[in-house]
Amino acid sequence: MASGEVKLIGSWASVFVMRARIALHLKFISYEFLQETYGSKSELLLKSNPVHKKMPVLIHSDKPVCESNIIVQYIDDVWNSSGPSILPSHPYDRAIARFWAAYIDDKWFISLRSILTAQGEEETKAFIAQVEERTELLEKAFIDCSKGKLFFNGDHIGYLDIALGSFLGWLRVVELDANHKFLDETKTPSLTKWAERFCNDPAVKPIMPEITKLAEFARKLFPKPQG
Amino acid sequence: MTDEVILLNFWPSMFGMRTMIALQEKGVKYEYREEDLINNKSPLLLEMNPIHKKIPVLIHNGKPVCESIIQIQYIDEIWSNKNPFLPSDPYQRAQALFWADFIDKKLYVCGRKTWSTKGEEQEAATKEILEILKTLQSELGDKPYFGGDEFGFLDIALIGYYSWFPAYQKFGNFSIEPECSKLMAWGKRCMQRESVAKSLPDSEKVGGFILQLKKIYGIE
Repeated sequence: MASGEVKLIGSWASVFVMRARIALHLKFISYEFLQETYGSKSELLLKSNPVHKKMPVLIHSDKPVCESNIIVQYIDDVWNSSGPSILPSHPYDRAIARFWAAYIDDKWFISLRSILTAQGEEETKAFIAQVEERTELLEKAFIDCSKGKLFFNGDHIGYLDIALGSFLGWLRVVELDANHKFLDETKTPSLTKWAERFCNDPAVKPIMPEITKLAEFARKLFPKPQG
Repeated sequence: MTDEVILLNFWPSMFGMRTMIALQEKGVKYEYREEDLINNKSPLLLEMNPIHKKIPVLIHNGKPVCESIIQIQYIDEIWSNKNPFLPSDPYQRAQALFWADFIDKKLYVCGRKTWSTKGEEQEAATKEILEILKTLQSELGDKPYFGGDEFGFLDIALIGYYSWFPAYQKFGNFSIEPECSKLMAWGKRCMQRESVAKSLPDSEKVGGFILQLKKIYGIE
C-alpha cells in the first residue's frame, strides 16, 4: 500500500496544497510536484478532480485523493509506520482536532479572506474585528489542545497544526495589507510562539512561501479598486 | 464503567439523524434530548457548543463532540468492536470522506432553496439538486449501499436527506424518481434498517415543519 508513485497537483501559493506537502514531508515521502499555471487548469487536474476542479489533488499509484484535510488523513493512514502520527491517537482528541480544522476553514479563513475583498474602510474594520475574535478562540484552542506542549498535536506537528499553520504566510500578507497584527505577543502569546516554531520546523521551512512573493501574488488575485 | 451518552438534537435535522443512526447501529444506549431551536436553546446546548450553538451535540461522559460527520467518526472509533462504518482501506476511506464533504457542501444549501425560493431561483435549485443526486447515484453504481455490501459511513451521511426528498419535491414542484430511481431504491433499502426507520421522521411531518418555517421567516 505504501509503495507506488506519488504526485501532487498544486501551486506554491496555495494554503491547501501546502497542507498536503507538509504531510508528505513529515512522512519522508518523495513526490512529483506538478505545478498548475495561474489562470488555467491542466487536463490532469480536471480529470483527477472532476467534481470540484480544484487543487490539491494527491495522485497515489494513479488514484486521486481530493480535499486537503482528507489528503492529510490519507497520508497518515497509508504511511502510518513512517514518521510521527499526524492525527492524535485518542478518538476524543481526534474529534477536537477535526472540529477546529473545520472551524478554521469554514469561519476563520472566510473572515480573513474577506479582509482582502472588503469594499471600503467600514467593511474592512468589521472583518478585522471578526478575525480578531476568531483568532482569540484559536489561542484558547491551542492552550486546550497542546496541554503545555509545543504544538496543537503535542510534541510534534499534527493535523491541526498543519490546518492552521499552512495559513501563516497568507496571514502575514493580510496583516501587512490591513496594517494590523493578528498574531501578537500580548493578544495571542501562545499562538505567536507556536507560529514561529511551526514555520521553523524542517517539514515546513523549505515550502513556506516568501512573503514578498506571496504579497505580490495577492495583489494579482485581489486587485484593489482604482481611485 | 458505564458510558453516559446524551444527544442534543432537533427532530427535523438531517444532521442529527446521522448521529442517531450511528449510535443505534453500534447498539449504544443514550439519552435523547429535544432542543427547541426556534424559541429557546437550552443552557446545556450553549455550554456544550458555545462556538456554533448548533445541534447535534453528542455528550460522552460529560465531554461534547460537535459536527455530525465528526460524530460519526468518533462513534465508529470509540465503539469499534461492531459494525465498522468507515472502510479499512485508506483509499476507500478517503473516497467516503470526500463524498460526505460533497454532500455537506452542496446538498443542504441547494435543498433549502427548493422550498425557500420562487421563480427562476427555485427552478435553478431543482435542476441543481437533480444534478447533485445524479452524481451521488453514479457513485452508488450497482452496489446495494454506498459502503458496498454493508451499510456504512456514506449511507449514514446521506440517508437523513431521504426524509426531506418528498418535501423538496412538493414545494419545488419537481420529481426525483425519473432520473434517480436507483438512488430512491437505495433510500427504500436503507429504511428497512431499524436504525434508519427509528431516526427518520415521517415526511408529512417534515412538510409541516417547512410550512412552519416559511411562516416564521415570511417566505411565501
